[in-house]
Amino acid sequence: MTYLAKPKLHHPNLPLNKLGFTRRYYEGAISTLCAGCGHDSISAAIIQACFELDLPPHRIAKLSGIGCSSKTPTYFLGNSHGFNTVHGRMPSVLTGANLANRELIYLGVSGDGDSASIGLGQFAHVMRRGVNMTYIVENNGVYGLTKGQFSATSDRGSKSKRGAVNTDEAIDLVGLAMQLGATYIARSFSGDKQQLVPLIQGAILHQGAAFIDVISPCVAFNNHEGSTKSYDYVREHNEAVNFLDVIKFRDEITTEYAPGTLQEVEQHDGSVLRLRKLQDGYDPTDRIAAMNHLLESRAKHEISTGLLFVDGDPTDLHAAANTVDIPLNLLDDKALNPGSAALAKLNASLR
Amino acid sequence: MKPTDIRQPNYFHKVVDCQWACPAHTPVPEYIRMIAAGRYGDAYMVNWQSNVFPGILGRTCDRPCEPACRRGRVEENNGDKPEPVAICRLKRVAGDLKEDIRERLPKPARQKNGKRIACIGAGPAALTVARDLLPLGYHIVIYDGDARAGGMIRTQIPRFRLPESVIDEEVGYVLNLGAEFRAGTRVDSMKSVLAENFDAIFVGTGAPRGRDLDVSGRKEAAANIHIGIDWLSSVSFGHVDKIGKRVIVLGGGNTAMDCCRSSRRLGGDDVKVIVRSGFDEMKASPWEKEDAQHEGIPIINFHVPKAFTHENGKLTGVTFEVVEAKYDDKGKRSLVSSGTPDVHVPCDDVLVAIGQENSFPWIERDAGIDFDKWGMPVVNKETMQTSLPKVFFGGDAAFGPKNIIWAVAHGHEAAISIDKFCQSEDVAVRPPPMMNLLSQKMGIHEWSYDNAITGDLRYKVPLKDVSIALKNIRVEVELGFDAKLGYKEAQRCLNCDVQTVFNTAQCIECDACVDICPMDCITFTADGEEVELRARLTAPALNLSQDLYVATGLKTGRIMAKDEDVCLHCGLCAERCPTGAWDMQKSLIHMTHAGSNRPRPQFEKMPEAAE
Repeated sequence: MTYLAKPKLHHPNLPLNKLGFTRRYYEGAISTLCAGCGHDSISAAIIQACFELDLPPHRIAKLSGIGCSSKTPTYFLGNSHGFNTVHGRMPSVLTGANLANRELIYLGVSGDGDSASIGLGQFAHVMRRGVNMTYIVENNGVYGLTKGQFSATSDRGSKSKRGAVNTDEAIDLVGLAMQLGATYIARSFSGDKQQLVPLIQGAILHQGAAFIDVISPCVAFNNHEGSTKSYDYVREHNEAVNFLDVIKFRDEITTEYAPGTLQEVEQHDGSVLRLRKLQDGYDPTDRIAAMNHLLESRAKHEISTGLLFVDGDPTDLHAAANTVDIPLNLLDDKALNPGSAALAKLNASLR
Repeated sequence: MKPTDIRQPNYFHKVVDCQWACPAHTPVPEYIRMIAAGRYGDAYMVNWQSNVFPGILGRTCDRPCEPACRRGRVEENNGDKPEPVAICRLKRVAGDLKEDIRERLPKPARQKNGKRIACIGAGPAALTVARDLLPLGYHIVIYDGDARAGGMIRTQIPRFRLPESVIDEEVGYVLNLGAEFRAGTRVDSMKSVLAENFDAIFVGTGAPRGRDLDVSGRKEAAANIHIGIDWLSSVSFGHVDKIGKRVIVLGGGNTAMDCCRSSRRLGGDDVKVIVRSGFDEMKASPWEKEDAQHEGIPIINFHVPKAFTHENGKLTGVTFEVVEAKYDDKGKRSLVSSGTPDVHVPCDDVLVAIGQENSFPWIERDAGIDFDKWGMPVVNKETMQTSLPKVFFGGDAAFGPKNIIWAVAHGHEAAISIDKFCQSEDVAVRPPPMMNLLSQKMGIHEWSYDNAITGDLRYKVPLKDVSIALKNIRVEVELGFDAKLGYKEAQRCLNCDVQTVFNTAQCIECDACVDICPMDCITFTADGEEVELRARLTAPALNLSQDLYVATGLKTGRIMAKDEDVCLHCGLCAERCPTGAWDMQKSLIHMTHAGSNRPRPQFEKMPEAAE
């Protein structure tokens, strides 16, 4: 950490977005994480993504659990709503908030401990319910706050900083999200913002359960030889399946692409995910193929990154529950308490 | 792009914009930090070493450092009015608040080296030569037509800007090094000086002739038409102590500003500056124009003087043609008649301040010194040497009117040359500057400089009340910063000499520095040619006068490119770097002065303190 606040001065030519804000307006307090923490890069990517999407900060709610990762919402979007929940319980609180006010943009930020250990059950259910949210796991494979024990996402055979070998199988949150029905699934790396920023943007625009597993090296406890989540290891084993451009509104394709290398997925809100394929034949709209690919690449010790799966026409919790369009927290007394005649009518319909 | 070689002293020197812009290369951030720490004497000595006249320059310098100051650039689009650090007035703080520093000055050389040098003129250039050479054991003879040393500093700068005591003090520091000052001895023949067999001669006679305005009525009304610099020196010596009620000052340079402000103090109630060019193109420094206007002096532009009007041999006014600026397709400006009728401005006195010229009637053209077709001596721009190897020029005498700080810079160069010449070394081989790079790290988040960036805007120097200031020409107008204001202004300095030094081998490319940098200076990207690279940095590097710091050899094959332009030197990149690949290191650049490549003779014996 540093004792100084980040100076208010900004680059004289810093651009403004459509709302008239600079990128700096989307920042939060200065980070107290260790210097070089991958999580800080993810915070910077979230800031960049929200700035570029022209999102009004007061329409975003950021929720997190406990852990290094879950501290980060303090360090970005200082003008947004925030809720630091109980360990592993962020998905429930997010679900509740989303039910109460469907109009906010929900950003769940969690870590491998918070989501793959204590909160694994919560993680599973929020995915299968299809809550409209962006769920980011800042995955460093280690319990950083308690000095570097293996976490549930540490790969079997990887070594801790003091040399112990992990004997347990790793939980692959991407694989789980695939099985559990998430409709936008990506993996990325904190050290590659060019890839990460558009993936976050696509997830925010996605009107369903969007999950991004971001591998985020822990500089203090998991950036050594033998780690499979170090900067060097991830860079060496990173195999991107595609490169995403997020286009808010469909426009002409001006760049020339070789035939068959460009794939477009239109989302509900009219935004377009334009994918440049980097691996032959990878089709991110095919869930089964994507799951096969994941297993294959994992067997080859490759880390598949990019937009791994997307459903252009997702349904979410509100659609399943058939709730009204007006956010529930805006319903007035009259709507919530329609009177005894309405109750009698309802009771009659159930007889 | 080629990786940056930070071992070249000039690379980091250039990052210190103020020091790079200063002709004498004064280490500005170094002395500003000392002022902030209350070490006024140290701050003064750092200045004295570089520019010889800190107290004088702290009031009168043309401040090339301030337009160059990075603070002005970083404040752009960050507030109302971007302004540089008040470097010049901070220098004065060091002069005003210092303790007695006389013990710290060099002592007169104990051993003379047997070489005799003549300095003609006792202005800033010649005094600098004397200051640099006297401690080395040279015998310096300074000639000046006036009774006291200082040259134009004493004769042309009005006392309300520069008190005599400051001149006496700082000129004294030089003369006390053991110079032989031949006061009141005007040299009227170069040949006679040459005949005295000096080992070298330095000419620092300035640009002593004010340009005249030869239009109709000049002769008839001569009694009330004065040449600006001559009039200023008469005022300075007390020969003139009043002027008419209505005064017109012709000209738009700093001399014109001194003339009009002096007139206001000597009885001129209705003083006007009338200038040919537009207000913005005037040669005077913006702050000097401001000061004049502050004293109720209007500046009328686009008026070309046509004639002096007179009655019975007495000046009655000046007639002006009103012009406007026209620009041709090459952007060259010409002043053409606006078509409106001529304007007559009545007045009692006119001061002509339309430029200065060199004048060398005393140098015989067959003395061996080449002159060009404009009557200027041919002087080597680096060595200050003329075609007569033992004769050197400096200050306004060398290349026409500039200012004090340039004269000092010339003096240093000439002193190096004279020293080399007298030691039979090659004058053309110039000693390179020395640079020290020293880490400022004290702890994990602790640096030996204040790296917090203040948002304060430039502080104004308090002024004496106008009604008091205008009553007495010897009352100094500017009061100077006191310790408190000086501290606050000093904290605006960005410490540009504390450099961001990057060590590729330690970098793990975690992006922490990129994310934290408040000014978006740092980019890790694919290599490319400079022009193309500048365009695709995190913040495009549009200021081409500022370098890119490029490092290659990263594991991913990318390069690190840092745009130096608006770096705050806040050190956050280094604080957030997990491996210490970034470090904040102070680059102290020492310009080499005469004799600094060998031990000084007076130190060959034990220095005094040890006896």
